[in-house]
Amino acid sequence: MNLLVCISKTPETTAKISFKDNDTAFNADGVSYIMNPYDEWYALVRAIELKEKLGAGKVTIINVGPAANDTVIRKGLAIGADEAVRINMEPASALNTAFQIAEYAKANAFDVVFTGKETIDYNGAEVGAMVAEYLDMPFISFGTNLEMNGNTATISRDIEGGEEVLDVATPFVVSAAKGMAEQRIPNMRGIMMAKRKPLNVVEPAAFTDNVKVVNYTLPAAKSSVKLVDPENMDELVRLLHEEAKII
Amino acid sequence: MSVLVFAESPGGKIKKAVLETVTYAAKTAAALGTDCIALTIGNTTDAGQLGKYGASKVYNVAGVSHFDSQMFTSIIAEAVGKTGADVVILSNSSSGKSLTGRLAAKLNAGCISGVNSLPDVSAGFKVKKNVFSGKSIAQFEITSPVKILSVMGNSIPPEESGAAVEVEAMEVAIPASRITVKEVKTVDGVVPLPEAELVVSAGRGMKGPENWGIIEELAKVLGATTASSRPVADMGWRPHHEHVGQTGVAIRPNLYIAIGISGAIQHLAGVNSSKVIVVINKDPEAPFFKAADYGVQGDLFDVVPRLIESFKKYKAANN
Ligand SMILES: Cc1cc2nc3c(=O)[nH]c(=O)nc-3n(C[C@H](O)[C@H](O)[C@H](O)COP(=O)(O)OP(=O)(O)OC[C@H]3O[C@@H](n4cnc5c(N)ncnc54)[C@H](O)[C@@H]3O)c2cc1C
Ligand SMILES: Nc1ncnc2c1ncn2[C@@H]1O[C@H](COP(=O)(O)O)[C@@H](O)[C@H]1O
Repeated sequence: MNLLVCISKTPETTAKISFKDNDTAFNADGVSYIMNPYDEWYALVRAIELKEKLGAGKVTIINVGPAANDTVIRKGLAIGADEAVRINMEPASALNTAFQIAEYAKANAFDVVFTGKETIDYNGAEVGAMVAEYLDMPFISFGTNLEMNGNTATISRDIEGGEEVLDVATPFVVSAAKGMAEQRIPNMRGIMMAKRKPLNVVEPAAFTDNVKVVNYTLPAAKSSVKLVDPENMDELVRLLHEEAKII
Repeated sequence: MSVLVFAESPGGKIKKAVLETVTYAAKTAAALGTDCIALTIGNTTDAGQLGKYGASKVYNVAGVSHFDSQMFTSIIAEAVGKTGADVVILSNSSSGKSLTGRLAAKLNAGCISGVNSLPDVSAGFKVKKNVFSGKSIAQFEITSPVKILSVMGNSIPPEESGAAVEVEAMEVAIPASRITVKEVKTVDGVVPLPEAELVVSAGRGMKGPENWGIIEELAKVLGATTASSRPVADMGWRPHHEHVGQTGVAIRPNLYIAIGISGAIQHLAGVNSSKVIVVINKDPEAPFFKAADYGVQGDLFDVVPRLIESFKKYKAANN
């Protein structure tokens, strides 16, 4: 099986968020980046597990991003991907990113394309669905379990208030949510081997963006907390009713 | 020109979150000086009520039995063509999320998912959403002829502005589905977290799963849905679908009561859009107090039973 895993980077969650150029651009100074947790913990690990189970196949990771992303990409190789592709551009919009991934995937006949559920900075949950449409493949979002049986996958996915179990034949695109696999920490051997694995850099295809950021603002500051006497919960209920008016 | 809203109806039912989406679409259409047209797919009871929330027409595409993003995208895209829609609005639900991007690729349209306020159409088409775990709000401009938005739950209250309408059938090509749904398991009786207006949530301060009785009782008295912090789900104290935060479910209920949860940034990411936050924690230094509207500094094992009694008293007096 030929497996493609889309990986993205995101500011580390405790990073201080600030903007520049009149609040029109993210200020990356001093921000450290991590691999998006859904991509690393669930999508990538499940793809590696499938390959290990079959004892055959290949796991390729793909990232649309600048050379600075190579550190995150090498981590993916250290966890166990066989090779990596980087589409050399600053990601400009979800549609553009998906278009670039799909262009690469078209030329390389993958059986399953994995994405994360969403990136944790912009929470788009868009790229996987877009790749699927460009490739004319089924898309299964928020997979929490995936088993392959020959060319058919049985996938459980999160839906409102429950889950759905479905069958789909390859090729398809799936987005991975919590539950699909367990996080793997790269070991020393993996890190050493990652240095010798191929990381191919591909130039992007032309694409016209149709979404752009106008500006960033900070949310209105929360008024400070009103403390309620722990002995007097009637008072809390009164406040929720009379002041907050939510019960 | 028109605004097309996809009113999803899993299990045949139109939920409150969808009425919010239709209200959002109707207001967007009004701002653009055009009509709001609603589309339902599959068997749907009471779709005509969407007229009350501002849809001037309601169409139904029959003959579809299960959700498949590929099939639904093809249907909605054809409906966009038939209605001449230039704005398409969906709910930011599990199915809405898998349609927004897909439809954008099909129609070569700019999309923004998870918007939480109405678009600004005074010059161009601009819309906002929360980014970076709620630490910032980004405003985007969509420049393509067709624009697609998915609306976050609890962003706008459903508002009646018209009357029920007749549902009209729409004939479109329905492609064969390449997905076989084998099972749909839903928990009955409780409001799913993304739709819940009242949420009672607990964390590691509970010490163990055997202590959750007071959380469940509090939730029951309030008619609330229960949630948890991530470590609690990781340790198997609570089911995974209850875990809220950056890597769990993102919610924006009217009331979020956090009990024995420290308020780590990754937890706040999923809950800090709640309208009112109550924090119960014995540590006055717990970071959650900074994000709270009301705080109770005390031992949860004393405070929660007291709070249950107070809510019971309130209910008895107000019924
Ligand atoms: C990439 C990443 C993603 C993450 N995603 C999430 C996520 O989505 N959701 C999430 O929740 N976490 C997430 N986390 C974990 C997060 O950082 C915190 O570790 C977690 O939220 C802490 O859970 P907690 O508050 O239940 O436990 P703790 O931090 O241990 O807090 C327990 C609290 O209970 C209080 N307490 C103890 N006993 C009592 C008592 N008797 N009465 C009253 N109060 C008491 C304590 O004072 C303390 O504040 C993520 C972490 C990372 C690195
Ligand atoms: N720049 C990128 N390069 C490769 N994959 C990406 C990129 N951005 C997003 N993805 C993938 O698409 C998923 C959803 O991203 P998003 O739609 O931005 O929330 C991520 O979890 C990744 O798997």
